[in-house]
Amino acid sequence: MKQEIIIAGFGGQGVLSMGKILAYSGLMEDKEVTWMPAYGPEQRGGTANVTVIVSDERISSPILSQYDTAIILNQPSLAKFENKVKPGGILIYDGYGIIEPPTRKDIQVYRIDAMDEANERGMAKTFNMIVLGGLLKLRPMVEIESVLKALRKTLPERHHKLIPMNEEAIHIGMDIIKQVEV
Amino acid sequence: MAEEVVLMKGNEAIAHAAIRFGVDGYFGYPITPQSEVLETLAEQKPWETTGMVVVQAESEVSAINMVYGGAATGKMVMTSSSSPGVSLKQEGISYLAGAELPCLVVNVMRGGPGLGTIQPSQADYFQTVKGGGHGDYRLIALAPASVQEMADFVGLAFDLAFKYRNPAILLADGVIGQMMEKVVLPEQRTRLTDEEVIARCPWAANGKTAGRKPNIITSLELDPAEMEKRNIHLQAKYAEIEANEVRYEEINCEDAEYLIVAFGSCARIAQKTMELARAEGIKVGLLRPITLWPFPSKAIAERAKQVKGILTVELNAGQMVEDVRLAVECKVPVEHFGRLGGIVPDPDEVVNALKTKLIK
Repeated sequence: MKQEIIIAGFGGQGVLSMGKILAYSGLMEDKEVTWMPAYGPEQRGGTANVTVIVSDERISSPILSQYDTAIILNQPSLAKFENKVKPGGILIYDGYGIIEPPTRKDIQVYRIDAMDEANERGMAKTFNMIVLGGLLKLRPMVEIESVLKALRKTLPERHHKLIPMNEEAIHIGMDIIKQVEV
Repeated sequence: MAEEVVLMKGNEAIAHAAIRFGVDGYFGYPITPQSEVLETLAEQKPWETTGMVVVQAESEVSAINMVYGGAATGKMVMTSSSSPGVSLKQEGISYLAGAELPCLVVNVMRGGPGLGTIQPSQADYFQTVKGGGHGDYRLIALAPASVQEMADFVGLAFDLAFKYRNPAILLADGVIGQMMEKVVLPEQRTRLTDEEVIARCPWAANGKTAGRKPNIITSLELDPAEMEKRNIHLQAKYAEIEANEVRYEEINCEDAEYLIVAFGSCARIAQKTMELARAEGIKVGLLRPITLWPFPSKAIAERAKQVKGILTVELNAGQMVEDVRLAVECKVPVEHFGRLGGIVPDPDEVVNALKTKLIK
């Protein structure tokens, strides 16, 4: 098993922390992981992205030309990464940030309205966990139990009471993600 | 204590490894993309546990001269910075080399010249292995290619620095500093006691004891005949390091028809390049210098006998390629592929470079 993933959106959407939780979840299952952020000035108000690789074997390059899965949370990121999804790969986008949806026919396109769902339910802070839930539905590369373990490990103790809400968000994401015909 | 596997950035791994290796002092000044070294030390507060001193100096120049002072007493001391900051340290590094003081300098390179950019680069290769400061000196230069090596090479660098009484440098870049990977940290060691330091460094200036001549730490010698002797001594030491301490890694070289030579982050990208090229039937191997000085010239010359051509992949305009060309003495074509100013090539670009520059 090897998953090469790009997560891209606006700075502040939780792109980097979502990648971090995914990487930590892989670590909990003793998998090989790398987390490579674009750490430039573009993180301030502009686009932010992170490459996460989860693999059973030693990982070569943390920098990739193509991805198995792209999670796209805003329009500029779609322009940048749509053509970098491997043929047959998966592109997941949030309808809130995307006015002109993806057009490629040689990949599987999924839509997840995580921003709307999070706002309606008053769970805005779990937006990225809803997206993560959608990803794990399609690419079950780690167990949900490992994600919860990762949250317990990375969140400061005073925030542990929020873990059940994050778990709920993952399940919501799994429910609301749907394939889109291009 | 059982081995603990943790996930962290390369910069954080350096800080944790330094504390656990029993380093006595860190002196630095923040600069992207290596600020997490100092941040992690501040967060860990090792002065409360191991007694390690951590100082945010007023400048890079100040930090390197604090290193000089600490190293002169035989203590394990280090500094870290990124390219423009390491340029500022060059005078101090030359003095440390001249006075034969063991220490560790970490450079997490960013794009230059000048203030440049905060993005990854390997354009300080020349500065690191050819001088940078003035005079005939060498630094033991280690190039980590993973977060694990960021941690491991802290201890290795200090071991080599003290073995040869010579400054060591860890030459990383923004990719290795900023990415997170699994790492197993070394076990916590206690710092050496003053008695142990005196026993290890009989040359150090740590308080004169009755009956022995004063130890003098200096790089100054106004008598040219004496200064030449001192230089000859340094050159003999450098020859010994070249004979004993060359380190490199070879991957898929046995049947290789083409060879990539790359270090640090480029060696990681080149591994993926190799996978892609081999899937197309191109037999490529990778030779990764781990010590940039001493350089694995012999190993490269040996592989040159079997391959049709060599490509160096670097985040610069062609620096290490010169040492590779010297090593192979024009026996096979040696080409260079690099991106500049903070741009990191992806594996496809390198496959393309391999085809257009070498295979044709």
